[in-house]
Order: sequence, then structure tokens, then C-alpha cells
Amino acid sequence: MVACNGSTLHRIPLLNAEEIEKVAHLARLGLNREEREAYALDLSRILDLVSQMNAVATDGVEPMTHPDEAGLRLRPDGVSGEIDRDRLLAIAPKTRDGLYLVPKVIE
Amino acid sequence: MEWETVIGLEVHAQLKTKSKIFSGAPTAYGAAPNTQANVVDAALPGVLPVLNGEAVRMAARLGLAIGATVHKRSVFARKNYFYPDLPKGYQISQYEHPIVEHGRLAITTASGEKIIGITRAHLEEDAGKSLHEDMGGFTGIDLNRAGTPLLEIVSEPDMRSAAEAVAYLKTLHTLVRYLEICDGNMQEGSFRCDANVSVRPLGETRLGTRAELKNINSFRFVERAIEYEVRRQIALLSSGGQVRQETRLYDSARDETRSMRSKEEANDYRYFPDPDLPTLLLTDAFLAEVKDAMPELPDAKRRRFCEQYGLSVYDAGVLTASREMAQYYEDAVKAADVEPKLVANWVTGELAARLNEEGLDIACAKVTAQGLAGLVRRVADGTVSGKMAKDVFEAMWAGEGDADAIIGARGLRQISDDSAIEEVVRQVIAANPKQLAQYRAGEEKVFTFFVGQTMKASRGKANPAKVNEILKRLLAP
Repeated sequence: MVACNGSTLHRIPLLNAEEIEKVAHLARLGLNREEREAYALDLSRILDLVSQMNAVATDGVEPMTHPDEAGLRLRPDGVSGEIDRDRLLAIAPKTRDGLYLVPKVIE
Repeated sequence: MEWETVIGLEVHAQLKTKSKIFSGAPTAYGAAPNTQANVVDAALPGVLPVLNGEAVRMAARLGLAIGATVHKRSVFARKNYFYPDLPKGYQISQYEHPIVEHGRLAITTASGEKIIGITRAHLEEDAGKSLHEDMGGFTGIDLNRAGTPLLEIVSEPDMRSAAEAVAYLKTLHTLVRYLEICDGNMQEGSFRCDANVSVRPLGETRLGTRAELKNINSFRFVERAIEYEVRRQIALLSSGGQVRQETRLYDSARDETRSMRSKEEANDYRYFPDPDLPTLLLTDAFLAEVKDAMPELPDAKRRRFCEQYGLSVYDAGVLTASREMAQYYEDAVKAADVEPKLVANWVTGELAARLNEEGLDIACAKVTAQGLAGLVRRVADGTVSGKMAKDVFEAMWAGEGDADAIIGARGLRQISDDSAIEEVVRQVIAANPKQLAQYRAGEEKVFTFFVGQTMKASRGKANPAKVNEILKRLLAP
């Protein structure tokens, strides 16, 4: 396969059902069969697109994590802002004695 | 077969900031549930993290203290996993580019000093707490701890025994408190430890499969958990089995470790740089400021105590175990203006024993450094004997006043006046002719009888050295 810029793309194999299942599980997504097939195709295309970058020589180039290298602004250490616990708790489906209640998690 | 134990430790030190790492909510321990979690900690949609500069400063301080590289450029990443006490669905941490790398810590082992490598230290946020008991079949979530700044300090697998692991932990524990970046309270979870433990045949250079031990909240439990785990792994390998790489929980009640099966499949955190937090860039000026504010470190202080005060390595070690203890000692030495060794004896002796007995911190000592100095001065100038001084110390501890007041009020002033002691000695000799005859007949051990009688007659106040001297003279035929 030849891309429009003339570089050669290596067609990566379609993600298999098991890989899709694993990714969906990690993201806590429930997919039916049709969705699994659709995602397999979509995600494979995305990987395909990204793989074009492999053609670029990047030896010695620092990976960039953020386009803006102005850096992180630091906040002075101090307590600020309001905490309205009752308003926050009111959003939750279930609470008790100031705690959020969730389905039992067993270690 | 001979086995070698290999241990690496991960310590989570809670940083002593007033507010959270990415929000302005307070960090105080023990507040009512969810009263210290704001909209950022509860991860409401649309909120953004803003990094606490003090947490960065504290991380840099540790980096400099362990001779590490403090990177001028570090990156926050998202560690993705689902758990109800982590409302965002990810923890903000640092992954590929931590703030601190390549440090070292010297520990004291049975066979001398040993250097333990520190791979890295990175900033991250803590999660909330899950409460499973008495929730009517539910799990209760308290987000007060969510967003509390943590410094995760990861060692190299350089330790070879549980004792070395404990020595490393104690050294690090002392250091973070010296640096005033962590209160070190293990019961409240301010200083937590996970241990990676594996064994291999002695002489083997490859690492064995490790188990990660979690939930160890005291130095004693670290030792016991590792010892149990080492026995388990050796037994397993010796009988032809294999160690599985897994997370194991230490149960202190049963003194055993057991597998946490639920976590096995979840170890795919899909880290990626957090788009909400640009690169953390530190300037030379920032680092210089951190360096200038560095306190004297435990090692340097111990060496200085040996040289400046002529103390043994042991005494210097005890006196520099905490910054507060060291300060107390130096204040007392300054105020007493006597032989520093004498002051050291009192601080590591009577004072330490009392603190230990009552489970008190040096900050809560009922005798101040100046108070102790006043007492030691009276011992040094011969006003009271060492034995009497202990009674005076007890009285001071009980709040009866300063040393001079107690010595005066109780009439404990030591009698050093020669003629006064001689008077007492003459009376004692006159009252015990039989013993005098025995002594003069060569029974030298009767001498101690006369010392005892003289001390008794003077109600313990006679200067013992003078009593000896005068008795020798007057008993002589």
C-alpha cells in the first residue's frame, strides 16, 4: 500500500476480537458483537494512520508531551475555596453519614 | 541449597503541605468524612488541577538530600484504573519523567555502612478511603485523603535481608522528618511501605520472580512480613514449585502474607501524559533556593557531634535520631557550659528513659533543655552527687521547680567540706570499734562498711570521693 505522500505503509493486521475485548474491559465498556467488529475496524485504521509516523526519522528527537513548553504554573500552598459537602453528597445516588455509598467492593 | 534474599522498597511519603497537591482543599488528618474534598478532589466535570508549589519544593529537597538528579523537566501522567475511591478513574502520577532520579542512601548494617540506590522519587496524588464494615452491604467512600500529595520513593533491589530493609526504612524515615517534608506517622499512613521480595540461589545474578507485599504499617511488620515471605518462597522453590509474580497482603494478626487475586489482571494502567498539566519546568533559581534552605542532614550532624562534642558514634547516633532530640541536646550543652559528654549521658540516660517510659516525644519533655543544663551543672561542680541528681531530676520531671530550688528545698547539697566530713567519719569510727579492729587486722573489705555508714550518717550528702579519702586517712593504724 502506498500513501498519498508516497511512503510505503505496512498494513497492520486488524485487531482481533480478544484484543478488542481486553481494551473494552479495561475501559469498562460493554460491547455487543456488531460494536466489537466496528471498533476493530476503526481502531485498526487509527493505528494504521499513526503508523505512518514510523516512517519519519526521529532519532535524537525528544518526545514532546505538550505543545506548550511555557511550563506548569505553581500554586502557593494554602487552603482556598469552599467545600459544600452537602451539595456534593446530594449528587450521589446513595450516601450515609457523610459517606458516598457504592456497590460493595471486596478485596 | 543456600538462598539469597533480594529486596526493593517503595515508600509512599505523604508530604506535609497544608493543601492538596492539585486543589486548595485542606489535608488535615481525621476530619469528618468528605469535609476536606472539594470539587477537584471529587472530580466533578470541568475542574482542572493546579499544582501545589510546596509539594514540588519538598520533592526537590529530598532529591538534593539523597544526592539525586532533580530534573528541571518532569511530566505528570495519568495512571488509569477503576476503583470507587478514585473518582476521576485515573491517578495523576509521574511515569516516564519523574522529578527525582538516581539517588542513594547510606544505611548502617551489622557489617558496617552500606549504600542503597534510590531509583526514583515521583510526585503523585493519594486516593480516597474505602470503608467496607457496617455499610449495610455497601462500600462507603471518604474522599478526604483524595488528592493528598505523595512522594513515592523507589529503591533499587539492593537489600539482602529483612534487617537491611528495616535499616533503610528507618534511615529514610529519619531523613524525611529532618527535611520537614513528611510527619512520618505510620499509624496514620503518612509513611507507607510496599516491599518487593524475591529469592535466588546464592551466586545467581539474575533476579528471581518477586512478590509485592502491601499493607505494612510498622517497622516491626516490615521485618516480619519479609521474613515470612522469604520462608514461603524458599519452601516453594525447594519443593519444585515456582513463585508467582503477584501482590500479596500482609496480615499482621496471622503473621502471614496472602495473595490478592483480584488485582492480578488489572495491571495495565495505560499511562499517558496528562493533557491538563503542562510540563513541570524548574529553574536554576528555584533549585538554588531549595538548596539554600536545606537543614543539616542526619549524617553530617552525627559526624559533627562526634567531632565537636567528643561523643562516641553510638551517642551521636542516639542524639541525632531526630532533629528535635539534636536541638534539645545542643541547647542543653550551650546552657550548661560543662563537659558535653556529661550532658549526653543525661540526655541519652535519664531523659530518654523517662520519655520512653511515658511514651512521650522529646517535644513534650517535662524537663526543658535549660532545666536539664541547670542540673548537670550542679553535678559537674560537685553540689550534688550523681545519685542525688537522679532524685532531683525526678522532682524536676514532677514539676517541683528547677534544680537549684529542689536542691535547696530538700537540703540535698552535697557536703564537700573536709572538716564537716571528718567530724562524721570520727563519729562513725567511734561507734564501731569491732569493725575498726577487723579493718586494722587486715580485713580490708570492712572499708565499704565504713563508707556505707558514713554516707548513711550524712544522709547521702557527703561527697563520696572525699569520704573515701578521709576514711583511708583516719582508719589507718
